[in-house]
Amino acid sequence: MPAIQLVRLRKTFGRDGHDSHQVVAVDDVDLEIAEGEFFSLLGPSGSGKTTVLRMIAGFELPTGGAVLLGGQDVTRAAPYDRDVNTVFQDYALFPHLTVQQNVEYGLKVKGIGRAERRQRAAEMLESVRLGSFGKRKPHEMSGGQRQRVALARALVNKPKVLLLDEPLGALDLKLREEMQVELKTIQREVGITFVFVTHDQGEALSMSSRIAVFNHGRIEQVGTPREIYDHPQTSFVAGFVGTSNVLDPTTSARVLGVEATHSVRPERIRLVAVGGAGARVDDGEVSVDGIVVDVQYLGAECRVRVQLDDSPAHLLASVPSDGLAGVSPGGPVRLAWSRRAAFTVTATDLDEHSADHLGADFQQGGDEQ
Amino acid sequence: MRLSLPARAALCLITIATLLFLYLPLVVVARLSFNPAKSVAWPGWSGYTTDWWSKAWESDAPREALLNSCKVALVATVIALVLGTLAAMAMTRFGFFGKDVVSFLLVLPIALPGIVTGIALQNTFSRTIDLGLFSFKVGFGFHSLVIAHATFCVVVAYNNVVARLRRSSPNLLEASADLGAHGSQTFRYITFPLVRSAMLAGGILAFALSFDEIVVTTFTAGSGFETLPQWILANFSRPQNVPLVNVMATFVMIVSIPLAWLAQRLSDGGDGGDGGAGR
Repeated sequence: MPAIQLVRLRKTFGRDGHDSHQVVAVDDVDLEIAEGEFFSLLGPSGSGKTTVLRMIAGFELPTGGAVLLGGQDVTRAAPYDRDVNTVFQDYALFPHLTVQQNVEYGLKVKGIGRAERRQRAAEMLESVRLGSFGKRKPHEMSGGQRQRVALARALVNKPKVLLLDEPLGALDLKLREEMQVELKTIQREVGITFVFVTHDQGEALSMSSRIAVFNHGRIEQVGTPREIYDHPQTSFVAGFVGTSNVLDPTTSARVLGVEATHSVRPERIRLVAVGGAGARVDDGEVSVDGIVVDVQYLGAECRVRVQLDDSPAHLLASVPSDGLAGVSPGGPVRLAWSRRAAFTVTATDLDEHSADHLGADFQQGGDEQ
Repeated sequence: MRLSLPARAALCLITIATLLFLYLPLVVVARLSFNPAKSVAWPGWSGYTTDWWSKAWESDAPREALLNSCKVALVATVIALVLGTLAAMAMTRFGFFGKDVVSFLLVLPIALPGIVTGIALQNTFSRTIDLGLFSFKVGFGFHSLVIAHATFCVVVAYNNVVARLRRSSPNLLEASADLGAHGSQTFRYITFPLVRSAMLAGGILAFALSFDEIVVTTFTAGSGFETLPQWILANFSRPQNVPLVNVMATFVMIVSIPLAWLAQRLSDGGDGGDGGAGR
């Protein structure tokens, strides 16, 4: 029995008959999330991922379809009648209550006795390493601490499912990385199903057991992080998760001999012959010549952007920084990659995430890892 | 920002002059309430006496008028707080057709000239309203004043509470429901504590508005019921009663200063976002 089932879930904003500008936020989404999963809803802003989360929590009433929790239809149930808890993006801690009272709140409104809820809240605070902070008010704590209070306040209720709405968005990079590890550890310990909304592909890849990639209210692909990264099914996924070279059918036909949209990861491309002499390409490899446009230094590696000969297309190659001797903008270069590294993807709308859309180009994910 | 010395001196002088202009007349009234002579010639004071204060305490008319004003203000304020808070909650939580119009109509009464409100209410209250099944007449007295004052008191209560609710995260109510709280629990544990100090500030302002209202009051009080402003207006022109008027004015001043201070503190400092305000 899956923890969550979404059946043709749909949400439009703007009332029927009243507003002609109906916005389809969630467009017939089907999804099953198993018990104990760390499941991420990944997508750019406005892709519908947060609306899906809010419909699971009960804050939004779906326009169509159904939400099932543990096999039970809760589509029309109020938030307080659902065995799920939410960690909000702005934490939504009650400003007039102490940290301890915040964590006790869920137990209090369910009528659990004072002694028991004191103890459970104290234990929960201890487990998020805030044992000595119970008497403070939320505004006396740092962002990272508030985040952990929000987590404790939700988890103390032992929900079947924990919903997290971009909970790390407001933290700085270092703290975010720490919290990623911590969240993952907590999830393993409590064994609760986590549904995690994020626009950060690095976060989704590193934390999730499975990911659903959202675009324009639809799910483009569901899979493990490895499946999503290694085998994106659509050009949107290829571009949004990690960095990808997406070759349109015309360029693919010229370079690969197959007329279909293809995707190649920059790190799968190598520079075989700098200076154009003695290019040796292995069997099963594809090669293409071009001119270096620019070289971006990223520390351990460099990104080399190459303008292909006889084509308006650019390709991006990630190469180790120490293998770059003689590569400079304006110089000729030969690129090669294994035939298996290029795979066909379904062309989907790339909208604001497409870089300057030439014949073939690369897209970068929302955030670099 | 740094200002030059002459500029600072000039601004300082203007500020002092303005404040003196505003407050000196109040000081004069207070001083006159302790003045033995009945003369209104200014400054015309000669020594101290508390005679007028004891006389005011002993005379029924001003005391009754003061009590009437307090009663009307208190009941109008309570009605305004209940209606204003409910309206504020509705306006911040829900979106509905015509919301902007309703929002405007809610705050309009405070901008309407009192004379217009007064005439309109006088007209309505003096008529027999026939609803077919039954007919009634509001008439005049304590109740008509309460209704009339509540019309503009609602606005201050509403404005204060709506400002507080707009400043606090809308997620708080969702978080409460998410944690299992029903509507009534969310109101009791979250919404009410958040708006409590705003309600108090709005309540004090509403009370003050009602307490010194004279225009609408003149039209809706009827003949058997007198509020303090009405009494003051009636007695101000009687030379023998002017000292009593000074006493009543001073008394009201003394009572309202701490209340005004409290109201201001509550609406500035009592931000829902900084939890320290509740302490």
